[in-house]
Amino acid sequence: MAEFGISAFGAYVPKLRIDRAIIADAHKWAVPSLRGAAKGSRAFTSWDEDAITMAVEAARDALGAGDAIGVKAVRLASTNLPYADLQNAAIVARAIGAPESVASTDAAGSQRAGTSALLQALKGGEPALVIGSDNPFGKPASAQELGFGAGAAAFLVSDEKVAARLIGSATITNVFVDHFRSADAGNDYNWEERWVRDEGYAKIVPAAVSAALADAQLAIGDIQHFVMPSYLRGAADAVAKKLKFAGAVASGLEDGIGYAGAAHALLMLASVLETAEPGDRILLVGFGQGADALIFQATDAIKDARPARGVSGAIADALPTDSYLRLLSFYNGIQMEWGMRSEKSAKTALTEQYRSAGQLEGFNAGKCGACGTVQFPQLQYCVRCQAPSEQFENVSLRDDEATVLTSTADWLSYHPAPPLWVGFVEFAAGARVMMEMVDIGKDGIDTGAKLHMVYRIKEKDRQRDYNRYFWKATPIGAD
Amino acid sequence: MATGIKDKVAILGMGCSKFGERWDAGSPELMKEAFEEALADAGIERKQIEAAWFGCWGDGINVGNSSIPAAMALRLEGIPVSRVENMCATGTEALRGAVYAVASGAVDIALAIGAEKLKDTGFGGLPPPFKGTFNDMWMPMGSAPAGFAQLAPYYRAKYGTSKEDLKKAISHVSWKSHQNGVHSPKAHFQKAVSMETIMNAPMISDPLGLFDCSGVSDGSACAIVTTPEIAKAMGKKDLVTVKALQLSTSSGRETQTNDWDGSYVATTRVAAARAYKEAGISDPKKEISLSEVHDCFSITELVTMEDLGFSDDGRAVFDILDGRYDRDGAIPCQIDGGLKCFGHPIGASGLRMAYEVYNQLLGQAGERQLSSPSVGLTHNLGGVPYQGIAAISILGLH
Repeated sequence: MAEFGISAFGAYVPKLRIDRAIIADAHKWAVPSLRGAAKGSRAFTSWDEDAITMAVEAARDALGAGDAIGVKAVRLASTNLPYADLQNAAIVARAIGAPESVASTDAAGSQRAGTSALLQALKGGEPALVIGSDNPFGKPASAQELGFGAGAAAFLVSDEKVAARLIGSATITNVFVDHFRSADAGNDYNWEERWVRDEGYAKIVPAAVSAALADAQLAIGDIQHFVMPSYLRGAADAVAKKLKFAGAVASGLEDGIGYAGAAHALLMLASVLETAEPGDRILLVGFGQGADALIFQATDAIKDARPARGVSGAIADALPTDSYLRLLSFYNGIQMEWGMRSEKSAKTALTEQYRSAGQLEGFNAGKCGACGTVQFPQLQYCVRCQAPSEQFENVSLRDDEATVLTSTADWLSYHPAPPLWVGFVEFAAGARVMMEMVDIGKDGIDTGAKLHMVYRIKEKDRQRDYNRYFWKATPIGAD
Repeated sequence: MATGIKDKVAILGMGCSKFGERWDAGSPELMKEAFEEALADAGIERKQIEAAWFGCWGDGINVGNSSIPAAMALRLEGIPVSRVENMCATGTEALRGAVYAVASGAVDIALAIGAEKLKDTGFGGLPPPFKGTFNDMWMPMGSAPAGFAQLAPYYRAKYGTSKEDLKKAISHVSWKSHQNGVHSPKAHFQKAVSMETIMNAPMISDPLGLFDCSGVSDGSACAIVTTPEIAKAMGKKDLVTVKALQLSTSSGRETQTNDWDGSYVATTRVAAARAYKEAGISDPKKEISLSEVHDCFSITELVTMEDLGFSDDGRAVFDILDGRYDRDGAIPCQIDGGLKCFGHPIGASGLRMAYEVYNQLLGQAGERQLSSPSVGLTHNLGGVPYQGIAAISILGLH
C-alpha cells in the first residue's frame, strides 16, 4: 500500500496585531484585574478578512504558486464561517484555482472541527486539502478577548512526497460543555475554568491519548512533540504532566497569534512540523465535545515540505496597531458613524457574479492571442488591438510579481479601515490594474514598492449580510 | 467627407442661474432661471424651440431619470426632449446634441439645458456612484480627489518637479480663480483667498488641500442655438458661432495597459487635437483668447494647460507661476472663477463655461470683461484622468 499522509502545509496569520496590554488598558476602569494576563500581542482580522480569506492564504502557502489543479477535495474547518447556508469551502476552492471537479465541505460546530476534518481526510485515503481557519470573538473585557487570536493552517494530504504519516489515532465523543455559542449568538458562554481543566482536559484528553497510543502500538515515551491547543493558559502543560510526557510541549502560539479557535490545533501542528526532524513522532490533540488524538511520524521528506511562509513567517509578518477600538470595530463590537457615504447600496448582482466568476475568483486576466497584451478585466475585445476576447487565454494575476505604479490615501471615501489606499498596480505579466491596497504600514507606500495579492472581502453588503470577495494588493514586508 | 461643425451653428442666446448652495431652489427652479435669461437673450418665445437636450448627472439625488423633468419644468410642449448623461462632461454633451440637431438641418432652433441639484443629499459631498454590476465587484471605490490626486506623483516624476513647486503652482491656480470669482455675481464663491490660506488648508487627498477642490454647487445653464443665417435674419449683429465641438472617451488603454504614464489626460489631448483641426486652429497659444477649463481640482487645470497646448509639456508649473493664465495674462483661464469658484453643478458646468465665453466674446461680461477676445475654448472633463470623457468646444466671433 502506498504511503499516505501530510504532503504539504502552510499557514496564515492576519498582519494586524495588538498588544494585550492595550486591550487591558481600555478596560481598566471596569476590570483592572485583566492587566495581569495581558502579556504579548494577539492577531486580529482586518474588516476585510474572515475564515474564508485566511483559508485561501493558508492554502496558497501550502500549495505554492499556481492553480490548485491537483487538489481533489477542500475541507474547511471553522467555528466562525461567514455563511450558514452557502458553502464557504466552495468559495475557497474557487479562489485557489481548484478544478470544478473538486469535492468540498465545511466542517464546523466544535473546537475540534480542525483535527476531526484532518483525521477524516487522512483516513479517507483520497488527496485532499484540509484547512482550519478561525477568528473567534471574545466579549469585551473577557479573558477570551485577551486570549483569542486569528489564523489559518492548511494541510495537503496525499500519497505523494509524504512528510508526516498518521500512525495512530483515536476519538472520544461526549457532551462536556466547557463553553457554548448558540447559532444566533455573538459570543461564547463559558463555564468555570477550574472545572474545565480538572474534569475536561485532565480526564478526557488522557483517555483519547491512551487509545491513540494503543492504536499506534506506542508508549508516551515514544512521542517527541505534544501538541494540545487550549484557550486556557497552562492546560497543555498540566495534561502533559499527567501523561508523564517528557518531550517537548508545543508552543500555544500565544504571542503573535492567540488562540485561533478550530484552526488552532492545525496552526500548532504546522508550527511543530516546521522544525520537526525526520522520525519525530508528534501527538496532536483536538478538544471539544470529547477529543481527537492523532499521532504522526515525520519522514525524510519533512525537510523539503517546509512552506514559504509557515507559522513562523506569518508571526514575523506583523503590522503592530495601537487602537483597541479598531479591533472592536472590525469585529462589529461597536457601530461607528461612517457618514452618509456609507449608505450606498452594496447589493451584489448574483447573476453577474456567476457570469464573471472566471475573472473574479482566480483573478484571471486575459492574454490576447493576437497581440499578447495581458489585461484585466477581460472585456469583449483586446484593449490594444481590438481582437475579440474569444481567443484570450486566462492568466491568473494572483501569484504574479507586482509593483506600485501610483497610490493615494483617500480619507473621503467610505472605508471601514480609513484611509482607503488605492492606486495602479503593474504586473510582471504586463497587466495594469487599479486596485485597493491593504495592510499599509505607518510609512505609507511608494511607487515601485513590491506587492503581493491577497484574497479579501471587497465590500460588505450590511443590509443583506453578503460579502463580495476579490483580490487586493498588499506591500511585501510593511511594518 | 465630413466637414465638421465649424460656423454651421450660432448661439442665439444663453442663460445661467445663480450657482451655489441654493437651499431655495430645486432643479426645476434653477432651470427656470437659466431658461428665462436665455429666452430673453435670444429674443424668442418658448414655442419657437423645436427640440431640446437636457443634461443631468445624478438622477438618484435629483429629479429622476429621463427628459420628462425638464419638459415638465419648462413646459416644452410636444417637442422632442432628450436626456443626456456623460458624468461631469454632461453639460457639453447636451450642447453637442442641440448643435448637431441644428447643423443637420433637422430643426432651426434647439435648446440645451443642464442642471444639477447637489445640495439635496444631506452632506457636503457627492454621493458615491454606482459603477456597474461587474465593476462594483472588483474596482475600488475611490473618491474624485483621490482619482485626480494621482496625477501629481506621475507629473513630478516625469518632469523632476519638486513637491514644493507643484504645490505652489496648484495653489496659484486656485488663488487666481478666487481673484476672478470676486467679479462674478452668479458665482458660488466670490471672495479672494490668500496664497497662504490655500497652501495651508487641510489636506483632502495629498497634495490636494481644501482649496484645491471645486465647490459642490447647485445650478443650471442653458443655450439656445440656431443657424447663423437665421440668427442674422432675426436681427443679431455680433454672432458667436461654434468652431468646434469634440469629445473623447477612454476605452481602457490608460487603465489596462502601460501605454499611459499618468502625467496628463489622454482624452483631453485627443479631443483638443480634433477640435483644433475642426476649428482650423494651428497655434492655440496664439489663437485662443481665453479658456474655461475643468478645474475640478487645481492639479487638473495644471495638466490641462499642457494637454490643450497652452503650455509646453513640463512648463505649466512655470507658466502658471508667471501669471500666464491670470486675468491679465496671455491666455486668461477661468475668468468667471471656474469650477473652483463659480461652482460645479455637474450637468450644468459645460454650459456654464460656454456661457462665460459667449458673454466675453460679445463684450457683455461686465466687470470681468477682457479686451476684445475673439476665440474661446471650453474644456469639460467627466470621470477621472485615466478613465473619463473629455469634451471641448471652441466658440468664436463669426
